[in-house]
Amino acid sequence: MKKENIKNSGSLLNWIDYRLPIISMLKHSAVDYPTPKNLNYWWNFGSLAGFFLLVQIITGIILSMHYTAHVDHAFSSIEHIMRNVNHGWLIRYVHMNGASFFFIVVYIHIFRGLYYGSYKAPRELLWWLGIIILLLMMATAFMGYVLPWGQMSFWGATVITNLFSAIPLIGESIVQWLWGGYSVDNPTLSRFYTLHFLLPFLIVGVVILHIVALHTHGSNNPLGIDRKGPQDSIPFHPYYTVKDFFGLGVALTIFFSVVFFAPDYLGHPDNYVPADPLKTPAHIVPEWYFLPFYAILRAIPDKLGGVIAMFSAIFVLFLLPWLDTSKVRSATFRPIYKILFWIFAIDAIILGWIGSKPAEGTYIIIGRLATSYYFLHFLILMPLLGYFEKTKPLPSSISKPVLAE
Amino acid sequence: MKKKLFFIILIFLFCKLGFAASDVTKPMNYKFSFDGLLGSLDKNSAQRGLQVFTEVCASCHGLKHLAYRNLEDIGYDKNQINNIAKQFLVDDIPDENGEIKKRNAIYSDNFVDPYPNEEAAKAANNGAYPPDLTLIIKARKDGANYLRSLLLGYEDTPEGFDVGEGYYNKYMPGKIIAMPQPLYGEDIEYQDGTNPTLEQEVIDVVTFLTWASMPELEKRKSSGIKVVIFLVVMTFFFFLSYRKIWKEIK
Repeated sequence: MKKENIKNSGSLLNWIDYRLPIISMLKHSAVDYPTPKNLNYWWNFGSLAGFFLLVQIITGIILSMHYTAHVDHAFSSIEHIMRNVNHGWLIRYVHMNGASFFFIVVYIHIFRGLYYGSYKAPRELLWWLGIIILLLMMATAFMGYVLPWGQMSFWGATVITNLFSAIPLIGESIVQWLWGGYSVDNPTLSRFYTLHFLLPFLIVGVVILHIVALHTHGSNNPLGIDRKGPQDSIPFHPYYTVKDFFGLGVALTIFFSVVFFAPDYLGHPDNYVPADPLKTPAHIVPEWYFLPFYAILRAIPDKLGGVIAMFSAIFVLFLLPWLDTSKVRSATFRPIYKILFWIFAIDAIILGWIGSKPAEGTYIIIGRLATSYYFLHFLILMPLLGYFEKTKPLPSSISKPVLAE
Repeated sequence: MKKKLFFIILIFLFCKLGFAASDVTKPMNYKFSFDGLLGSLDKNSAQRGLQVFTEVCASCHGLKHLAYRNLEDIGYDKNQINNIAKQFLVDDIPDENGEIKKRNAIYSDNFVDPYPNEEAAKAANNGAYPPDLTLIIKARKDGANYLRSLLLGYEDTPEGFDVGEGYYNKYMPGKIIAMPQPLYGEDIEYQDGTNPTLEQEVIDVVTFLTWASMPELEKRKSSGIKVVIFLVVMTFFFFLSYRKIWKEIK
């Protein structure tokens, strides 16, 4: 009906669309796009992640106009932004906390995928693109944290880049190549700045692919069953646009409460001390979103082993579509997986907590147990579960979920 | 059930996963004027704090990220600020002979450091560098309480504890501090006639340094209230629209 109107009216939009079909493309993928009618609030986090990516890019570009990437000036230029640039403090606090919130929503988005089996056929590549986005985000966030050139910037960069020295034979050369010298110094800072500026745009590219892959087979849904016909779908607009706006409102309220009332809560006070290569902080901790992986790194008593374990913790996600042998997607119908999912979520939180603690005493033991469980979950439990778990009967369609009970 | 889990996860994510525990004594809690959602800076206290800073702290510590013009925030006018600034000397630009002379600091200059460089500062202080104080409140965990506790926390060294060339202070990580007790009370004559007890001097200087660390604090909190109220109302309307639009879907 609406489509006909656009076609027949001699409007400017129609004129443009006839020559460059951006309007109909948008209409196809953001207005008419048929979406399962039963998505719950956990499906809000994908669009929220996109929103925070946009926030980071916009605030980042403004910050880059005032920031100086030089070891002698970086720290002062941040203070210049905080004190002299109009609303500079607001823009920087939004950027700082925006990174944290980007990770919060992305982690929830990932856990939603894990719970509802969104990685299973035919969405394996959609899942892969998501993991690539996560890896790019981690690289971007790590390099961004180096830019203020505080104590944690410097020592975090030193610890993380040194991980590559664990690679046999060529490790040392790789680290020097990354640094552009013999320690973390000015060449390191300026290349990190360049890459920190570049990578977000690569993320945008992968996000577009992620959305193309998503729209090829459509969203998964809480029941994890395929749609049987048009009665199972509703158009994206207005139903999910308004729901996403509501979710965005909630997220922004929490986000700006932190930005305005506790802007440094998620950061580390040591990063307000200028970098000093001669003075190592008592405990070097990465930003909170890296803590689970930091715990895995330190759980292995061998440097190379630790590095391999840390990277495997993410790369194992690529194999998940095949490690999970169950035919049923949603945990709603998988009584044992549902429990294992929550144990895994708690395990991830324990790893995060251990990552913030010094590697000593009981913390080491807890860290090792939690790390073992992390891999046990993916490599042993997930494959076996598909064979042994007795799943509940699936409903015949999204419109008639009652039959399942 | 799901809602509960959602909140549990949120709480976990927002809990700062506490940083490494150590044997440092936790700072004493004090309710400062700037604490809380609606807290605002006590400007008289901040002005007295500037006096404490100038007469005591400034002989060793700098405030290099702060400019004299910033003092307008705590209630000084341009003339008063120029009078404060002109007590200090800064390098002028090279004159026509290429010589660099000193001139009096003005309104637009940054606070002048007490030492020409870090090495000079160390040489004058037994090898310990008195840190710049512009960001000291943000650079320490629970900064305002920490600094207040530290300045009030000088005690006699317990028996058998070796402080070397430093002083005993249980609030300092490692319990040894290179700085001798800077404030004792009655060591300043306040321009506004306030009784200069030790507690008063410490609260004033902490208030001043909190402002120096976070000059945006008042503006941030007052706009924060407006922004959050706006967002709550906006979200409520989104919620109503959501309910209305979804009513027909079952």
